[in-house]
Amino acid sequence: MLQKIYDWIDERIDLQPIWRDIADHEVPEHVNPAHHFSAFVYCFGGLTFFVVVIQILSGMFLTMYYVPDIENAWRSVYYLQTEVAHAQIVRGMHHWGASVVIVMLLLHTLRVFFQGAYKKPRELNWMVGVLLFFVMLGLGFTGYLLPWDNKAFFATQVGLEIAQQVPFIGDQLKILLAGDASIVGAQTLTRFFAIHVFFLPAALFALLAVHFILIRRQGISGPL
Amino acid sequence: MSEEKKQQVSRRQFLNYTLMGVGGFMAAGLLISPVRMAIDPVLKSTGAGDLANVGLSVDDITSEPQRIDWSIDQVDGWYESQVNRSAWVYRNDSDEIIAFSPICKHLGCVVSWEGSDQYPDEFFCPCHDGRYYKDGVNVPGTPPLAPLDEYEMEIKDGMLFLGDPKPHREA
Repeated sequence: MLQKIYDWIDERIDLQPIWRDIADHEVPEHVNPAHHFSAFVYCFGGLTFFVVVIQILSGMFLTMYYVPDIENAWRSVYYLQTEVAHAQIVRGMHHWGASVVIVMLLLHTLRVFFQGAYKKPRELNWMVGVLLFFVMLGLGFTGYLLPWDNKAFFATQVGLEIAQQVPFIGDQLKILLAGDASIVGAQTLTRFFAIHVFFLPAALFALLAVHFILIRRQGISGPL
Repeated sequence: MSEEKKQQVSRRQFLNYTLMGVGGFMAAGLLISPVRMAIDPVLKSTGAGDLANVGLSVDDITSEPQRIDWSIDQVDGWYESQVNRSAWVYRNDSDEIIAFSPICKHLGCVVSWEGSDQYPDEFFCPCHDGRYYKDGVNVPGTPPLAPLDEYEMEIKDGMLFLGDPKPHREA
């Protein structure tokens, strides 16, 4: 049955080159942990992406219960933590995954740095990677506020003060993030929610696409 | 003939320019409203808040800073609420009334007068050991980079009215 469906589609749009472009490529021996166990360091990038996928999926499901409103945000999180079957696990995945993804990102960056894999011709991909790092930090910063508990509120207060220290545009930048000149409140929460759920993920997907296309075009850097 | 032709815009160029122009116009038309909406808080003028009676008679203000708390009606977009504010109020040597915001100028914690036994006669922030002299000026070498903010102030019928915190007069 499945084969028939595949054949039906393949006959019309010639699927083979498409999946071959995506999936069919050599993994060089020096990056394959099955050959050299120490090659596991090459897995950190893929692991980062794996955790990102978990973050996206768990986040999608969390928005089924979460409300970005200062009266209800904390209550909705409390409700899903205490009343909804398995929601604790999903929020746990999102909560711990947020830290794991930063750890993996750092390990990946360290591997690329210490192996000198960022050198010509791969400088562009390093820059894209740095942008990805900033997007990730932004996701962590904006996501931290969403439960709207004391820790979240004051961490954001401090984070906004830090943003305010940027030369020349600091004050405007802070207002742009917080939605108000002096209050961290209703408008801050909706803004952070929008940034966390729509703006930064959009930037993340675009940058990830460039990151992966560049890897495929340039190949994995050679053995040390 | 051919010289003349070089000066002309070719059919292809004309189409390119037209399409770019129309496309740019459409992109701008699409983006202008969302961008204006996103930056609205930055452009909104912050209306000067009214001064609030903090319930403290000026006769009760001494040279020793005292903490006073009051609440104001705050409008946060669509959300209106009562929020608490506090200030450290005292009379300085030239008999002026001073009201400092307790918000530390380092990272926004709350400072207290003589908040640490080690530093008498100073405002102290417990978060990163930030310190301020009695006149609100930050002690050099401690984390704060600016003196404490001062509240706008008015005295009506012997009562103290406070407004929004403004940068210290020496800052």
